[in-house]
Amino acid sequence: MEQKDRVEEISVRHGRPPVMAPGYTFATITDKISSIVLTRPVSLGWLMGVGFASLWAFILLFAVSYLFYQGVGIWGVNIPIGWGFAIVSFVWWVGIGHAGTLISAILLLLRQSWRNSINRFAEAMTLFAVACAGMFPILHLGRPWLAYWLFPYPNTMNVWPQFRSPLVWDVFAVSTYFTVSALFWYQGLIPDLATLRDRAVNRYARTIYGFLAMGWRGSARHWKRYHTAYLLLAGLATPLVLSVHTVVSFDFTIAVVPGWHSTIFPPFFVAGAIYSGFAMVLILAIPIRHFYGLEDFVTIRHLENSGMIMLATGLIVAYGYIMEPFMAWLGGNKYDLYQFWDRAHGPYWWVFLSLITMNVVIPQLLWIPKMRRKPGWLFLISLDVLIGMWIERFVIVVISLHRDFLTSSWGMYYPTRWDWFTLLGTVGFFFMCMLLFLRVLPMISIFELRELLPEAEVKVES
Amino acid sequence: MGAEEKAHHAVCPGKKHNLEEIREKLASEDGPRYWRSLEELAGDPAFQEQVKREFPRGASEWLEGFSRRGFLQLMGASLALAGLTSCTKQPLEPIVPYVKQPEEMVPGRPLFFATAMEMGGHARPLLVESHMGRPTKVEGNPDHPASLGGSDIFSQASVLELYDPDRSPAVAYQGEIRSYAAFLGAMQSQLAAQRLAQGAGLRFLTRTVVSPTLGDQLKTALQVFPKAKWHQYEAANRDNARAGAMMAFGEPLETQYRLAEADVILSLDADFLYPTFPGAVRYARDWASRRRPESSRAMSRLYVAETTYTATGGKADHRLPLRQMELEQFARAVAQGVGVNAAGATAKGMAGTWLPALVKDLQQHKGNCVVIPGEYQPPVMHALAHAMNAALGNVGRTVFYTEAVAANPVDQNQSVSELVEDMKAGQVQVLVILGGNPVYDTPAELGFGLIMKEKVPLRVHHGLYQDETAQFCQWHINAAHYLEAWGDTRAYDGTATIVQPLIAPLYNGKTDTEVLAIFTGQGETKAYDIVRAYWQRQLQKQAPATPAARGKGKAAPPPAVDFEGFWRPAVHDGFISGTAFQPRQAQLKSIDFGPGPQGSPPALEINFRPDPSVFDGRFSNNAWLQELPKPVNKLTWDNGLLVGVETARQMGLKVNDVVELKIGNRTQQAAVWVQAGQPANVVTGFLGYGRRFAGRTGTGFGFDLYRIRTMKEPWSTAVEMRKTGDTYLLASTQGQQSMDTQLGTRDLVISATASEYGKDPGIILRHHETPAKDETLYYNYEYKSYAWGMSIDLSACVGCNACILACQSENNIAVVGKDQVNKGRHMHWIRVDTYYEGDRDNPKAYFQPVPCMQCENAPCEYVCPVGATVHSSEGLNDMVYNRCVGTRYCSNNCPYKVRRFNFMLWQDWNTPQFKMMRNPEVSVRSRGVMEKCTYCVQRITQARIDSEREDRKVREADLLTACQQACPADAIVFGDLNNAENRVSKLKSTARNYGLLADLNTRPRTTYLAAINNPNPELPAPAEQN
Repeated sequence: MEQKDRVEEISVRHGRPPVMAPGYTFATITDKISSIVLTRPVSLGWLMGVGFASLWAFILLFAVSYLFYQGVGIWGVNIPIGWGFAIVSFVWWVGIGHAGTLISAILLLLRQSWRNSINRFAEAMTLFAVACAGMFPILHLGRPWLAYWLFPYPNTMNVWPQFRSPLVWDVFAVSTYFTVSALFWYQGLIPDLATLRDRAVNRYARTIYGFLAMGWRGSARHWKRYHTAYLLLAGLATPLVLSVHTVVSFDFTIAVVPGWHSTIFPPFFVAGAIYSGFAMVLILAIPIRHFYGLEDFVTIRHLENSGMIMLATGLIVAYGYIMEPFMAWLGGNKYDLYQFWDRAHGPYWWVFLSLITMNVVIPQLLWIPKMRRKPGWLFLISLDVLIGMWIERFVIVVISLHRDFLTSSWGMYYPTRWDWFTLLGTVGFFFMCMLLFLRVLPMISIFELRELLPEAEVKVES
Repeated sequence: MGAEEKAHHAVCPGKKHNLEEIREKLASEDGPRYWRSLEELAGDPAFQEQVKREFPRGASEWLEGFSRRGFLQLMGASLALAGLTSCTKQPLEPIVPYVKQPEEMVPGRPLFFATAMEMGGHARPLLVESHMGRPTKVEGNPDHPASLGGSDIFSQASVLELYDPDRSPAVAYQGEIRSYAAFLGAMQSQLAAQRLAQGAGLRFLTRTVVSPTLGDQLKTALQVFPKAKWHQYEAANRDNARAGAMMAFGEPLETQYRLAEADVILSLDADFLYPTFPGAVRYARDWASRRRPESSRAMSRLYVAETTYTATGGKADHRLPLRQMELEQFARAVAQGVGVNAAGATAKGMAGTWLPALVKDLQQHKGNCVVIPGEYQPPVMHALAHAMNAALGNVGRTVFYTEAVAANPVDQNQSVSELVEDMKAGQVQVLVILGGNPVYDTPAELGFGLIMKEKVPLRVHHGLYQDETAQFCQWHINAAHYLEAWGDTRAYDGTATIVQPLIAPLYNGKTDTEVLAIFTGQGETKAYDIVRAYWQRQLQKQAPATPAARGKGKAAPPPAVDFEGFWRPAVHDGFISGTAFQPRQAQLKSIDFGPGPQGSPPALEINFRPDPSVFDGRFSNNAWLQELPKPVNKLTWDNGLLVGVETARQMGLKVNDVVELKIGNRTQQAAVWVQAGQPANVVTGFLGYGRRFAGRTGTGFGFDLYRIRTMKEPWSTAVEMRKTGDTYLLASTQGQQSMDTQLGTRDLVISATASEYGKDPGIILRHHETPAKDETLYYNYEYKSYAWGMSIDLSACVGCNACILACQSENNIAVVGKDQVNKGRHMHWIRVDTYYEGDRDNPKAYFQPVPCMQCENAPCEYVCPVGATVHSSEGLNDMVYNRCVGTRYCSNNCPYKVRRFNFMLWQDWNTPQFKMMRNPEVSVRSRGVMEKCTYCVQRITQARIDSEREDRKVREADLLTACQQACPADAIVFGDLNNAENRVSKLKSTARNYGLLADLNTRPRTTYLAAINNPNPELPAPAEQN
């Protein structure tokens, strides 16, 4: 509490809160973060959290088993709405992942030092979110056991994927994304794994961390190469932030379906992805800093910056909402026009209304600096944005499909309990992974945080 | 403990047997002679139970509520018992294959046999495809005047009926399996007793008998038993038409129409384009031939005044929804207008507007117009129509009278009522029910079932199913399906047809002629011999009818001696040429039409109609028919009670609301379907649902309206309706039936009037902006060999659904069930979209069959990640089922939504009967795979192979798609677009041709010919009528 007050005090004095509370040294930083993994006892709250999340992960397992047994008919998908919750959730989860990559790669290249205290768990978030996302395209297949046919593997039949299909592009985009994210995350972990190795008392922990640290000794040569490689990977990851969701948006733009066939989708999807990603970062950061007492490292500054990014990307998304019907009107295509009329007046009007409320109206509160600095409010707004962005994908996927060209083929989509189990199951799986991560790996990058200290400043002589 | 006992304990620990008891049992005579184990010997109940269970669970306790899945498991286990897949048998007697008869059967090549299916008092002539002795597909007989190649939903679906695993598999006595010999034995003593009484206690109950042989047999039986009686009853009988003919001519004449000659047609509630109407298949062809503006003859004009929305009403140039009383008054007014002296004429409102214009139109086309009364209209309406046709000089030109097609036309409602009276009086000792299901489909007020059960000592039921009637009879004889049976019948025009079997009876079923042979002293005779004997007698009796001349120009074969020379061509051709009834000079009596309807109509009235899909309930267990969207309203699996929009609003009713209907003191519930174009204060209820013992497919769906139907007013009567507050989910395949959106109308069905189109043919294409051919990023395909294309004439399509079932049968399309239909997962590869246009109280309907468009620029192809849907060199969007992983992206991107997805395992892979039923040329799709129309690629391939063997190109006549072949109206034309001489190329070059959604640059291969209407310029246009 004392520390928290101090941070508040400083923030008032300087106009902007600092990236890290004063008074830390190399040693105290290392102590504080590594102790969470190495010495802190398992708390009841954590156990309950993991238990609850695992319960949902098991529900996911159950839902998926039944799905494989019965077929996708257990879901609410039909003709004309061939894609339902699965694709909605796929796009949503991929989008969430984007914030992690943005923080770790783009902000690194832009030398935004405040990223150093949140990049680690944001990257973990990316990894787990992409894992959740990756499940859906496989689960939604009619014959999921043949999913590998989407990969261009050599085979005796000499049959290849159909490269004009955006779904094949998706396979490459998402698998590249997952690979690069995992590499980047792991590389960032190496110096910290070495720290854990050196501090671990438990023999097994020492062995495991030692194995994972790949013989890191912290020599100057190590560091030099390390930084070069890290920058290179950041450079690789940077275009992915833009490309992955662009490719995902191609799933829609390439099609002729009114409401999908739109050139605005790539930037619109990327903005939406970062929007929802930062919402997820805040949803993770706010409780973590509270429960693990990390207010000194994840300060109001971080929250405020994240809030500002959310506001900016949210406005881009809102701009997209305005441009879509405007372009439909300008183009004069009757199917497009009807699509946007239907969103607001059709049977799903209430979904559209909640979309606008949750994604456009409520986030405007972020204009108010006080709001941005109140963790409680930020948490609620983030939750709102996260749900809103899920609804946005529902609007795009389901509402576009439910009334397309032939009025005879219009239909309605009603999710079944299995749709919900699968969606909530992946949420459970995600949080299960996150909670486990908190306890076995340093959730904040120790070495990068130490770089923020004045002691780390090295005078470079030109 | 003895050693023996110890040994036993080692095997079955925990079981104790009294050795003494066992020895005793073995010694005594009561013990089973052959025992299987000690437990059985000891009569251990657990073991007895196990013996029962040795056979698949459920076999010993067949319950109606058995689930489909459970049944499948059972059938899988019972494969050996059924023994059907391994050896199919052709009938022993020689049957004669149709065209291109090979010396021997060529494996893999189908044979075609002509036969006929009887339904509702007339036959549908057919040509049935047989693969290695298994009938798989039904087509119309192209040589037969009643078909000309077209067919209908009932005959298409009869293949499924043949292989229905729920069909009665055995002769049964009180529900237990018996042999047919046991039945014969049991009948001997009964017959002896009856012979003494001259058959005073013997009654036969049949459906309408059309078969000359059966009619003859019944007459013989009545000679053997002079005091016996023969009753006929069908729920959807033709009593009114018969009575009308009696009124007009004094004899039960049949009416036939030549619609190809009719310039003006007035239908008084006649659904004459829908196959429940006798001759509809031929009528649709004739009618459609006059609806093409390209034809040299002027378009005909169709007026329909009707009491509920029918397919024919949808095709009308002017449709007038009226209640029963108004309809009769209107008919009388028209009659007066054309010079028939009928009182009680009134025509108010729209009918009043119609009257002068209609009368004038009829008068102007004297001799070339026709008035067609509805089957379910009262006799006086039929008499009025006869009088009008006579007054207009149509008789002998568009209207013909012949003798009745039925062997012995009687007033069936009266006939069955008499039977019930006799039963009540205890005069009936033996009741033989041949076909029919009177316990279910007689009006409940008769109390047929209970009276029969209490008063008739011996009841025999002969039928395809162990239905409601079988439950009330001691003896049940399983009938042979018409595809398993020898027989004969007559088409609507009287042409006699030999029914030949394509397969030996799957369950040793008996034909009605075989059962009846017991009563004619023929004993156990085969149907083949009975039918042959009858025709042999006929041939001897009269100058022989010339068999369809194989050698044309040759002299007719010498009479009597050459029976084979008569028989073979007759069986081969599917009909006995020259047996069509000759038109009769019918003398119109002076008819007393009565004063006409008096007083005010009831506050609410109900029309009863046979269901468009399951008819009177006889097809309830046919899943193809159940899932077939009914014309106009697209309902499946249930009989929705049709209520008009205005009436529903007044009574606060919505779709799916359950109401209680009350007639007299009987009540019955029904679920409401709000139907545009339904007359106010009239509800329409369809018979044939609410079956209690239909089988696993049909039991329990819908509502049984026979419970409130009356004998006195079987088709239209006053009713009280009360909302119950319950709901019942009705499943329709088309949610939106309007082309209008809130932002304007979409040009999906393009229509114009004949005069507009005549003045400016460009009016059709003005609706469309088709992009130029180079407006694509991808290269354009070149089609060097063939370019298959289809043209669908929206003017001609009568919305009869025959194409849907033909496709289902040809392409092994699965049925998904009501729940899945409700979720939008039905599987039909071709659907008939129905759109209303104009006023909701009397909209015009348009039918648009939608198969795959086989786009040249197909949106489905480029989005498939695995290349499971690819472009063929002939322009088809081929679907590679084996490659499909089921992303459903192709369906999302298909603007026509013609792709169908196997969301679950829809196909029944286990039932042996269904294995026999399927077309071996078409893959059976499994779960998780997309499927769609292929233009019957298997037929294309076959034609291509045949043509290549002969080193020529495929000719137009070589190749018909299943939908095209079935279409009675000839609305679907298919062929090679690379050949400008083909019909399809010519049709596509007319000004009527347009591509659906062609503005999307999909370049559909299936295109439409715009619907051209021919309204009377003196009447307001349909859309502006109200």
